[in-house]
Amino acid sequence: MRAGPLLLGVRHHGPGSARAVRAALAAHRPKVLLVEGPPEADAVVELAADPGMRPPVALLAHAVERPGTAAFWPMAEFSPEWAAIRWALEHAVPVRFVDLPAAHTLALQERPDEPPADEPPTAEPPADESGGRSSPDPRSDPLAALAHAAGQDDPERWWEDVVEHRGGGPGGGPGGGPSAKPDALAAFDVLEEAMTALREPYAAPDRREAAREAHMRLRLREARREFGDDAVAVVCGAWHVPALRARHRVTDDRRRLRGLPRVRTEITWVPWTHRRLTRWPGGGSQPRPGGGYGAGVASPGWYGHLFASPDRPVERWMTRVARLLREEDHPVSSAHVIEAVRLAEMLAALRGRPLAGLTETLDAVRSVMCEGSEVPLALVRERLIVGDELGEVPASAPVVPLQRDLAALQRSLRLRPEAAERLLDLDLRKPTDNNRSRLLHRLRVLGVDWGEPVAGRAGSTGTFRESWRLRWEPELSVRLAEAGVWGTTVISAASARLAAEAAESSRLPEVTALAERALLAGLDDALPEVLRALADRAALSADVGQLAGALPALVRAVRYGDVRATDSRALRRVAEGMAERVCVGLPAACAGLDADAASEMCGHLDAVRQAVTMLSDTPVGRPDDPPGGEPLAARWRAVLRTLATRGGVAPLLRGRGARLLLDDGALSRAAAERLMAGELSRGAQPADAAAWVEGFLSGGGLLLLHDERLLALVDDWLRQVPGEAFASVLPLLRRTFAEFDPGVRRNLAELVRRGGAARKPEAEGLAPVLPGYSTALDEHRAAAVLPVLRLILDAHPDDARAGARGSARTAAGTANTERDRAVTAHTANSANSANAGGTGAV
Amino acid sequence: MTTVDSAPTALRPHAEEDFAEELRALAAADDRPRPPRWRMSPWAVSRYLLGGTLPDGTVISPKYVGPRRVVEVAVSTLATDRALLLLGVPGTAKTWVSEHLAAAVSGDSTLLVQGTAGTAEEAVRYGWNYARLLTSGPSREALVPSPVMRAMSEGVIARVEELTRMPADVQDALITILSEKTLPVPELGQEVQAVRGFNLVATANDRDRGVNELSSALRRRFNTVVLPLPASAEAEVEIVARRVEQLGRSLDLPPLPDGVAEIRRVVTVFRELREGATEDGRTKLKSPSGTLSTAELISVVTGGLALSAHFGDGVLRADDVAAGVVGAVVRDPAADAVVWREYLETVVREREGWKDFYRACREAAA
Repeated sequence: MRAGPLLLGVRHHGPGSARAVRAALAAHRPKVLLVEGPPEADAVVELAADPGMRPPVALLAHAVERPGTAAFWPMAEFSPEWAAIRWALEHAVPVRFVDLPAAHTLALQERPDEPPADEPPTAEPPADESGGRSSPDPRSDPLAALAHAAGQDDPERWWEDVVEHRGGGPGGGPGGGPSAKPDALAAFDVLEEAMTALREPYAAPDRREAAREAHMRLRLREARREFGDDAVAVVCGAWHVPALRARHRVTDDRRRLRGLPRVRTEITWVPWTHRRLTRWPGGGSQPRPGGGYGAGVASPGWYGHLFASPDRPVERWMTRVARLLREEDHPVSSAHVIEAVRLAEMLAALRGRPLAGLTETLDAVRSVMCEGSEVPLALVRERLIVGDELGEVPASAPVVPLQRDLAALQRSLRLRPEAAERLLDLDLRKPTDNNRSRLLHRLRVLGVDWGEPVAGRAGSTGTFRESWRLRWEPELSVRLAEAGVWGTTVISAASARLAAEAAESSRLPEVTALAERALLAGLDDALPEVLRALADRAALSADVGQLAGALPALVRAVRYGDVRATDSRALRRVAEGMAERVCVGLPAACAGLDADAASEMCGHLDAVRQAVTMLSDTPVGRPDDPPGGEPLAARWRAVLRTLATRGGVAPLLRGRGARLLLDDGALSRAAAERLMAGELSRGAQPADAAAWVEGFLSGGGLLLLHDERLLALVDDWLRQVPGEAFASVLPLLRRTFAEFDPGVRRNLAELVRRGGAARKPEAEGLAPVLPGYSTALDEHRAAAVLPVLRLILDAHPDDARAGARGSARTAAGTANTERDRAVTAHTANSANSANAGGTGAV
Repeated sequence: MTTVDSAPTALRPHAEEDFAEELRALAAADDRPRPPRWRMSPWAVSRYLLGGTLPDGTVISPKYVGPRRVVEVAVSTLATDRALLLLGVPGTAKTWVSEHLAAAVSGDSTLLVQGTAGTAEEAVRYGWNYARLLTSGPSREALVPSPVMRAMSEGVIARVEELTRMPADVQDALITILSEKTLPVPELGQEVQAVRGFNLVATANDRDRGVNELSSALRRRFNTVVLPLPASAEAEVEIVARRVEQLGRSLDLPPLPDGVAEIRRVVTVFRELREGATEDGRTKLKSPSGTLSTAELISVVTGGLALSAHFGDGVLRADDVAAGVVGAVVRDPAADAVVWREYLETVVREREGWKDFYRACREAAA
């Protein structure tokens, strides 16, 4: 045991290190604890003992002026730093952070080109970063170098074997291989020796590294003066231990720190998640090396388990896996657990490891519990190895930079938070208004519903206008604080949140909505993530209806992009890909549908048609459009033609397909007539034919007004529908005709009443005035009907019956024709009449 | 998967004869603890399969080229006395691995039960020598032990090939053997107890049609190892090209002048559809219902080669393989056709230099 301060070199986020640190502190009871971290955090360290504080959490330092410049020091339950801090606070030992102040780190981060930040850009923080490079640079990854020297490819595994799996200390760790010494400090001594040897070739650390270590030494010196040599404990990355042990002149150290740039910074605690421990947040908040505890750990859940379980970690782990799988309905028995543990231990022995590690347990779980399948294993990875752990920070923690960023934005955009409700109209062509709109949309992404989009005031329906209802509720501040976990600025937080949501949501329409929101909020950073998710969901979705439902929103989003001058090319590509998929899948999806499904699909048809038109209207010529492929519009028409002519397709959709083709000018009138004649011929089922007519005519009857041959076809068909079938067809027809404009309906009825201009050929012979179709009243003919009417109304039962018989027959014949005409006219007109039942006409 | 015929008489010598030299050298160099009746330690077995160089300079040829994990889990499973089930689509070296495991662990890979639809229970348990049975009544001498029974009494590895092709009732005859490690012979009032060292390696095909699903009771008694398909496209192209060349020679097809480019394309198509994503991982795809195994790939290319040799200009072109590819992918006319067309339109059409392939496939599908 060496004299002097207790130097505990650790691996950040290493559970074995945490255990060893705790044991060492308990054994030596120092009077002051120094931790690698920004000294600014001395002010908030007390909060770590707050009952409202629950790891994983992170120390967050950010520049006051620019919250986007920030660095994080995440800590989990199993982080040695956290274990040490908690121990110190429990024993009323003062805690001091000794790393370079964040004021310098952040300033260097902002101006990376300036000296002394002249370290190699690839440099990784020590004690992390797995991956077996052939000759790892020990400065960037000392453990990889050590592992390499030991003949191991994977530094994580090597570290696990030699340190983490030893347990250590009186805590009664697992395994405790034969080489584990009883002394709580043994591991630290060995590591220090190794690091000293490793550092030898790098006598002159780069300037930033030198500055950090100089600062640590100065603070250490201060503490030693104050508390005495043996009463000081330091917890820092193993790499730094030799530098702290070595003697340096104070003046040299002071010189190293002179002239470092600095910015005004603030520091606070923010909640962290296990998932974010596995990687650094993207965007501007990526700390440069040295500004935090380095890269993440791949398996925080597993480390947390190792740290939390008092003994038998493998057995406990397998039990947890089994419980998880059981909850997800995989039959896993205790026998499975036993066999999995045996296999894991056997594997460890085969691979020459002291104790089964994560790799062995995973292999065993795959083989024994998952029957070799990766699917349940992915669940284990997701829920246990990474885990959903979410930290908590007490309300008394200082405000998060996100709030500060929002305040700055509110000032610059002149948008005051007010409790009173007010309406805000924005003209997106103006830069300020555009920025305001984006801010409000971004806040909505973060769940801070300060503004709520409302339907615009009269006349503001253009795509460049937006109306908002603004109201700042007190709980929005809380929501904003919660959103602090996503980032330090409104834009970075919104991007991160949106990207995370896109990765999680499984349904296509959700992702489409997210893409729309990304564009509205101008979150260009999140857009690639969202589009990727979108393309994936679209590719895997077998439901054409879902695809077709998602397409219009997407195309709308492409148009927003055009209006707001955001780059929507990527989005357009996805939209086109989706349209392709719809085209491929549509014919099959339209076959064998019942009435309800068909009408839903019919809505999709219209929507896709609109989307395709919009997409083709503004073509962005693909540079190398292969000659084999037609443009989208042509392919779409080919699909419609298939729909219109294929037998198995629901009649409603056949009719709709024909109509859409006709409207696009892809089907000639004559061809449409031929189609209609076929559909409405005598052989067709009346119900099918009515559905076809609905599909063909819905959404505009002007067609019938202009093309009387079509009208005649409909009319003829209607007249030949047998009476009993007519009753069942009528509601369909009524629905079809009710959609027309009242004007169209009136004209149509008029046309039918007049008998139309061009009737059937045989009718033409009877022109110019058909009996019963004159505009004026034909009193002579009307008189002929009177006796029959009288007969029906039973007014004069004794009237000359016999004499009237001949004329009655004529009248009945006329009435018959009248009925037919009336049926068409009435159907066309029925929506106007208060008397709803069309059956009255029958 | 190459075998060198060294034995003068046998067409295909057993693994333990073929690699006797390596096995001997390994056993000699191996000083680690061995499970009962194992010829070498688990470490040496995995070394035998994965290849390497021994301290005395003997070079061990790799028997299995693939993830190390697969072999390590398989060997560890045998050492824990759990039965081992090797799963995988055709052409992933299941049988090959099982034979070499048995050869290395027990020095005997011949105790083999081949699963077919006609495999009877006698093949798994025991049969009778009826002449003896009639003359001298039921006795141990009249009993004909199955390979599994022999393996149990000798404490060595038994192999069951194509386990899922056996009728379900025959499969389930294994349950007692695997859980109780004993085989009762009620006719004699005896039982055969498994000697330490006994274990069972089964192979099965999980994606073929016409198989009998394992009962979950049986499945529970196995540790399952899934043998993956070749990890990289290059490896698969290599396998296909080599195999096609061998096949072509035996079919007297003219040699392939420059077919590798076309093979690579077919391999790409198969791999992308199989994995449900394009090679660059940027676009996800639906997977068809077929297995799209390497074996099918080989037959597609061989078929294309025959077409080009007999009806074409002797150069393997897109037209020659297109029909074969479509036939392999579209197994279910409804669902797979959509998958295939989506793939054609969204991936193949856009791809640089694939126009001829796109056209050929469209023609083949029309």
